[in-house]
Amino acid sequence: MASDRIFGLVMALVALAYIAGATQIQTSFLPDPVGPKAFPFGVGILGALCALFMVFKPDAEPEWPTLSTFGAIAAAAFVLVLYAYALKPLGFLIPTAITAAILSYQISPRPKYAALAGLGLSCGLFIVFKFALGLGLVAFPKMIFG
Amino acid sequence: MDLFSNLAMGFAIALSPYTLMLAIIGCFLGTIIGALPGLGPSNGVAILIPVTFTLGLDATSALVLMTSVYYGAMYGGRISSILLNIPGDEPALMTTLDGYPMAKAGRAGDALVLSGVASFVGALLATIGLMLLAPMLARVAYVFGPSEYFALYLLAFCTLGGMASNNQAKAAIASCIGLGISTVGISSGSVMPRFTGGNLHIYDGIDFLVAIVGLFAIAEIFFFIEDHGKNSPVGVDLEKTTVPWKDIWETKWTMLRSSGVGFVAGILPGAGASLGSFLAYMTEKAIAGKDGGFGTGVAKGIAAPEAGNNAAAGGALVPMLTLGVPGSGTTAVLLALLMTLNITPGPTLFTDQPEVVWGLIASLLIANIVLLLMNVPMVKIFVKILMVPPAILLPGVTMVSFVGIYSLSGSYFDLLLMIGFGVLGYVLRKLDIPTVPVILGILLGGNMEDALRRAMTLSDGEWTYLFSSNISIGLWVAAIVGFVAPMFLRNVLRKPQRVTD
Repeated sequence: MASDRIFGLVMALVALAYIAGATQIQTSFLPDPVGPKAFPFGVGILGALCALFMVFKPDAEPEWPTLSTFGAIAAAAFVLVLYAYALKPLGFLIPTAITAAILSYQISPRPKYAALAGLGLSCGLFIVFKFALGLGLVAFPKMIFG
Repeated sequence: MDLFSNLAMGFAIALSPYTLMLAIIGCFLGTIIGALPGLGPSNGVAILIPVTFTLGLDATSALVLMTSVYYGAMYGGRISSILLNIPGDEPALMTTLDGYPMAKAGRAGDALVLSGVASFVGALLATIGLMLLAPMLARVAYVFGPSEYFALYLLAFCTLGGMASNNQAKAAIASCIGLGISTVGISSGSVMPRFTGGNLHIYDGIDFLVAIVGLFAIAEIFFFIEDHGKNSPVGVDLEKTTVPWKDIWETKWTMLRSSGVGFVAGILPGAGASLGSFLAYMTEKAIAGKDGGFGTGVAKGIAAPEAGNNAAAGGALVPMLTLGVPGSGTTAVLLALLMTLNITPGPTLFTDQPEVVWGLIASLLIANIVLLLMNVPMVKIFVKILMVPPAILLPGVTMVSFVGIYSLSGSYFDLLLMIGFGVLGYVLRKLDIPTVPVILGILLGGNMEDALRRAMTLSDGEWTYLFSSNISIGLWVAAIVGFVAPMFLRNVLRKPQRVTD
């Protein structure tokens, strides 16, 4: 129940911020009886009402993972963010092998297996993307291999 | 005669070696995606759409590939239902009820072949229904003006949200999230930036492919980490497979009835294949009565849901192609594909780009035959593929998603946005808030706002114009019924386990 209430409260605040943002939208010089504000206002108000409904009439509490599993999910999200930043400067193979290995380890914690899965996926997908599908992927960092 | 000449044109396109090859690849990939627990047709299509763009496929080819994946996934869902008692996707849930008991009784091969034939009958009849009904509906849709379209979009949100969640407020909040996201960027009516915060990356709005891949594919990996791969397929046991002619003959009327029920369920915006398979199963169970033995591994209990869910998949294409309103989660993703290809679904699609529609319909007919040939004699190959452990599969899916999105935009900002949508998808699904209305909101929000603004411009700001025609009033009433009715029907519709009672 607390989860619905917290989410409802957050969404209500987001909806209020969204409505406040809608008031700042500049109207154009074009003739338009509704303008660019009306639709966001309607969506924001409906969203706020539904969010309040969640606060006052929450469903049963969902089954959340344990703290350590939560940590693993957060770590996975963090690794994916690093992967997004690493793809361009480091090329495809190294970041993909590391990221795939970490994700594989998180699903099934066997280090050797995860390392092999990462390496295999990295090389296999590179061959498929580069040579079968013709994508312009860069294999290694340009600063090292030119 | 129009029908035959259009169909001939469609077959001329679909039977080109290149398109045929795409259909076969799509069927194969789709069956694998459908068979793997956790990856359904929506995820499969969502993951592959960016890859389709990077391949530079033209509109017809891309559509053929993706709809073949869609049909293939609908076929594949039954494999894990029967062998593992884990539905590959939600529509295949009902197949577990009789499919798994039949497999446990040593008739796994029979169950797989029978369900493959039922899937073929359902999908084939639905494609014929699509062929006959869609052009007629498209002609009706010509009389739609902005007020009718606004009401139609509302109907889609009300019914899709209503069926997708246990709580109407949550379904509505999901729609609002999607609609809110759709307003980000330059406003099409007044050329004014909205909710951009000065960030140049989102002046063009938030790309719905980024949202779709994030909400479906990236969220899935978080769920697998939470499960630690507990859904890993084990215990697959398949002896020799033969064609159970007796079962097929005995279930012929079941297949035909279920195809009809499923097709109608598919056409209704929001109902989708899950409802199609459920209604087909319940109808056959009611006809068979207590002596029917449903739930113990009877042939009709396998044929009904499989014909029903595949027919619903075909039916869901009718409103998507003719009205631009998806009938299910996967067709919502397919709608994104069409819009990205600059194809505007709706009545004009049939006159402006007949080669797309008829090429697609012909490809679906061909895909069905390909799928039957794949799913009966080659079923053992798919069973072997089912053994791929999630520790390899899910990282692979994630990497494909990243490369797909990255190759489209070359921007790490989109990748970060995709991860953000993945986290949002995880939280929403945990709280039983459906993600499909979010997608629908992002997809249709712009059109819905345009329809509203055009209606207000035409009526000089008179709001009653939104209820000015019989069609729009009918759609408003249907939208309200579609939103309210699930509150009363939910106890029946959302608890399929009662079927075995």
